[in-house]
Amino acid sequence: MTKQSLWISTAAMLALTACASIALAAPNIEGGERQPLNVEAIIMFVIFVVATLGITKWAASRTKSAADFYAAGGGITGFQNGLAIAGDYMSAASFLGISGLVFASGFDGLIYSIGFLVGWPIVMFLIAERLRNLGRYTFADVAAYRLSATPIRIISALGSLTVVAFYLIAQMVGAGKLIELLFGLEYLYAVIAVGTLMTVYVAFGGMVATTWVQIIKACLLLGGATFMAFVVMMSFNFSPEAMFARAVEVHPGALSIMAPGKMVSDPISAISLGIALMFGTAGLPHILMRFFTVSDAKAARKSVFIATGLIGYFYILTFIIGFGAITFLMNDPAYFRAAADGSAYDKVKDLLGGTNMAAIHLAKAVGGSLFLGFISAVAFATILAVVAGLTLAGATAISHDIYASVIRKGRASEASEVRLSKITAIIIGLVAIVLGYIFEQQNVAFMVGLAFAVAASCNFPVLLMSILWRGTTTRGAFWGGLAGLLSALVMVCLGPAVWEDTLGHAKGSAPFPYANPALFSMTLAFVSIWLISKFDSSASADAERAAFDAQYVRSETGLGASGAAAH
Amino acid sequence: MDVLPSTVTKKRGGRMQHETSRSGAIEADPDYVRLVRSRTRFSLILTLLTLAIYFGFILLIAFAPHVLGQSLTGGVTTVGIPLGVGVIVAAFVLTGIYVRRANSEFDALTQQLLERHK
Repeated sequence: MTKQSLWISTAAMLALTACASIALAAPNIEGGERQPLNVEAIIMFVIFVVATLGITKWAASRTKSAADFYAAGGGITGFQNGLAIAGDYMSAASFLGISGLVFASGFDGLIYSIGFLVGWPIVMFLIAERLRNLGRYTFADVAAYRLSATPIRIISALGSLTVVAFYLIAQMVGAGKLIELLFGLEYLYAVIAVGTLMTVYVAFGGMVATTWVQIIKACLLLGGATFMAFVVMMSFNFSPEAMFARAVEVHPGALSIMAPGKMVSDPISAISLGIALMFGTAGLPHILMRFFTVSDAKAARKSVFIATGLIGYFYILTFIIGFGAITFLMNDPAYFRAAADGSAYDKVKDLLGGTNMAAIHLAKAVGGSLFLGFISAVAFATILAVVAGLTLAGATAISHDIYASVIRKGRASEASEVRLSKITAIIIGLVAIVLGYIFEQQNVAFMVGLAFAVAASCNFPVLLMSILWRGTTTRGAFWGGLAGLLSALVMVCLGPAVWEDTLGHAKGSAPFPYANPALFSMTLAFVSIWLISKFDSSASADAERAAFDAQYVRSETGLGASGAAAH
Repeated sequence: MDVLPSTVTKKRGGRMQHETSRSGAIEADPDYVRLVRSRTRFSLILTLLTLAIYFGFILLIAFAPHVLGQSLTGGVTTVGIPLGVGVIVAAFVLTGIYVRRANSEFDALTQQLLERHK
C-alpha cells in the first residue's frame, strides 16, 4: 500500500465511523444517560482532528531516522517539552475525575491531585538530567548502560509494556464511555475512532507528531480550564472565602467538604498510594521517553520546571472548577436526574452522567452550548494525546529494546527497527480497540493505580539503582525488578479493587487488605536489587561495578552524551 | 563485550579511547569531586524536603484530620486549603530553586571541566 492510499483509507475509515455512529446514535438515547448528539462538540473535534492530521503529515515528511522517530531528533526545546510533558500527564481522568471528586467531596479531591504532582520534583532532583545524559530513546538505554543488555532490556520492556497495557486499557474504556456521553457516539465507534487516530499519529508522525498533539492539547486544556476557573472566581468577586461559603451552603455535605473526609481511611493505604503516585511518575515509560527529545541536560531540567508549574496550576484550576460546579450546578434541577416519585434529587449521585461530568456541565453553565462543545472536544483531544504517548512508548519498547537489542543484538538496521516500530504501533492500536471493547463492562478504575504501582516497583528501582549505586549488577537489577513487578501485580489481584470489586468476593475478604501495593512492592524491589547485587560474585558483576565510574562521569557531566540530532 | 554500552562500542576505537581517558581525567579533577559532592548533597536535601512536605501532609490527614479542618480565620475556609495549595506551590518552588542553582553554579563548573579536559 502506498503512502497516499494509506492516508486516503484512514480518512475514509474515520468518515465512515463518524457517519455510522451518527446514524446509530441518534435514535439511541437511553435513560437520559447518553447526551443528545452534540453538534458543536463534533465540529470542534473535527477541526482538532484535521489540524493534528495535517501536523502528522508534516511530521511524517520530517521523520527519516530512528532518532527522528523515537526522539524527534532531539530538536524539541525545553519549553515545548515542558508543555508536551504536561499534555502527556494531564489525562481526562485528572481533568474530569479530580474536578468530579471535588464536586462530590470537596477537600479530598485536592489530596489526590497533590499526590499526582509531587512526583515531579523527584523526577527533577534524581532522574531527569542523568537520564538525558546517559540515554538515547528509552530508559532501558540508561539502565543497560553498563549492565548486560539482554536481561536489563527484557525487564525494562516488561515493566514498560505492563504499565502501557494497564494505562491504555483504562484510557480506552474511559474514552469510550466519555465520548458516548459527550458526543452521543456509540461506545464501540468511539473506541475505534480513538484507536485509529492514535495509531495514525504514532505510526506516521512518530515522536514529532505525538509531541505536537500533546502541546496543542495542553494549550487547549489549560486555556479552557483557565476560562472556567476565571468565570467562577469572577462571580465571587475573586474571593475564595465567598466561593467556599456558598459551596458549604448548597452542598449536602456542608462544612465536611472543607476538611479531609473518608478518602484517607488508614495511614498504610494513604502512604502506599502516596508512594505509588510519587515514584510511579518517575517510572512511567512514556514520560521518561520525553526527556530524550531535548538537546541536553539543561533543557531536560527546564522541561520538568515548566511541566511542574503547568501541572500544579492545572490542579489548582480543577479544584476551583470542582467548587464552581458545586455552586453553579447543585441548585439547578436541569443538571440532575429527577426522581421518579417527585422527591428531591440527590445533589451528588443524581448529576446527569455521574460526578465525572461536573466540569462538563459547568462548562455549559459558564459558557453556553458553544463552550460546552469546546470543552467536550478538549476532553476528547486530551484522551487522544495521552494514548498516543502510551502507544509510542509501547512500540518503542518492542522495537528498540526487544527487537533491536535482545533479538538482533544491536545488529538491526535503523530502517528495519523503525519499520517494526510502526507495525507495532498499528498492532497496539488494534489490540487497544479489542481490549477497550472487551473491558467495556469491567471496573477499570484500579488500572491506573496499578500502572503507577508497577512503574514505582519495577521501572523506577531498576533505573535509579543502575544510575546511582555502584554495586548494582545485572542479576540484582533483573531479579529485583521482576520481584517488584510480580509482587505489585499479585498484591493488586489479591487486594480489594480486584478481589472484591471486580471478582465479586465479599467485602473485607481480600487476602491483601490495602488498595495500593507500592509501599510493599517497591520496598521489595529495592531490597532485592541490593541483596542480590551484594551477593553477586560473578566475573561480569565485577566488570559492571568497575564500569560505574565512567558511567557516573557521563551522567554527571554529560561527557559524550548523544546530542541534538544524534546519528 | 557485554558490559560496554552499545553507544560506545559502535563508535570508532580511537574516539572511544579518547573518551575513556577524558573520563578518567575528569574523575581525578578536584573540581569534579566538588561538583558531584555539592550537587548530590543539594539534590538529596531537596528530595528529603519534598518527601517531608508531602508525607507530612499525608500523615496529618491520616492522624490529625481535625487540624486541617480548623477554620483559618473564623470563616468557612479551613487550614487545610492553604496548606494543600501550599504543597503544590512548594513542589514548583523547590524545582525552581534547583534549576536556579543548576543553571548558574553547576552548569558553569561542568562547562569548565569539559573545557579543561578536551
